[in-house]
Amino acid sequence: MRFFRLVKCSVVVSSLLIIFSCKKEVKNQVKLEENDLIEIYNYNELKPLLAKTDERKIYVVNFWATWCAPCVKELPYFEELQASNENVEVLLVSLDFPDKFESQLIPFVKNKNLKSQVVLLDDPNENEWIADIDASWQGALPATLIYNSAKRAFYPKSFTKEDLFKEIEKFNKI
Amino acid sequence: MKNLNILLLAVMIFTASSFTIQLNVIGLNEGYKVGDIATDFSLKNIDGKMVSLADFKEAKGFIVIFTCNTCPVSVRNEDRILALDKKYKNLGYPVIAINPNNPAVQPGDSYDLMKVRANEKKFTFPYLFDDGQKIFPQYGATATPHTYILKKEKGGLRVKYIGGIDDSSRNAANVKIKYVEDAVDALLENKTIKVTSTRAIGCSIKI
Repeated sequence: MRFFRLVKCSVVVSSLLIIFSCKKEVKNQVKLEENDLIEIYNYNELKPLLAKTDERKIYVVNFWATWCAPCVKELPYFEELQASNENVEVLLVSLDFPDKFESQLIPFVKNKNLKSQVVLLDDPNENEWIADIDASWQGALPATLIYNSAKRAFYPKSFTKEDLFKEIEKFNKI
Repeated sequence: MKNLNILLLAVMIFTASSFTIQLNVIGLNEGYKVGDIATDFSLKNIDGKMVSLADFKEAKGFIVIFTCNTCPVSVRNEDRILALDKKYKNLGYPVIAINPNNPAVQPGDSYDLMKVRANEKKFTFPYLFDDGQKIFPQYGATATPHTYILKKEKGGLRVKYIGGIDDSSRNAANVKIKYVEDAVDALLENKTIKVTSTRAIGCSIKI
């Protein structure tokens, strides 16, 4: 929500700029659009996205970062999963450094043209939220949560494409 | 009847063996828990000398940190690790850093590049190479950075704390609780450690 307030504030500021200066307005507008790609959540804001309830869907939540090589390697598998399965909803939760949001995360998401929803989790109280996401997770990246209305599983590891699609099959059968 | 007995025996053997296999898998994955006795080791330091915890006769214990050159979370914590060594070495709890990564998978974590990084950051503590990756699985480290506080006792090196350095690995400015400092302070004052295990964001260990 903090981020939305910031956006609202920027909208007001940029509207004022439209009135007063055409040049500055264009620059601000571009920046707004870029930031719009990714929302910044604290854990309370993220939590509802880890427990969605549409019975037709399989939810896949991948915890990653642009600096994590095995994460970057498996990102295309999640993108492909999202593209090839109508009933799968992928969420990419970035644990990038909050101060690298604009310099690293946004350019990365744009360059890779990621289609899945991306959010940045910025919450310092990591000891509590890591355990709340799954008791078996110590915090190492990458990690993935897959769930639907009947089943929930956590994978504190990297996936090969084959393994990821096989896991989804298990949820499809339910 | 005889057939039934053989079948029963087969089932018993099968059950027993799968149970054993399962136990082994758990043993491999879990490593130490708080309260366990930790193994000593002999690992090569960046100066070429082998280092064991037994070499530190005066130490009361150790802050063992699995860390590496390449993980950005480790890099963000280097100044905090240096500060821990500065504060606690003279009080009897030196930092011992161990690089658990396989350089064949993560070339930036080679022994030679460990020397370069230690030199750049002027490490004041041993920076050891877990050559062959024998030690980190025994401890059960899952990430870099991952910290184990050990206390010298009669029975050996007792694990007193496992987890993160503090509650904000990504941003030092946001730290509210310094778990490792709180734990070592408690040990030095013979008090109970309030939080003995925590989780923290880190890079998976490269195997």
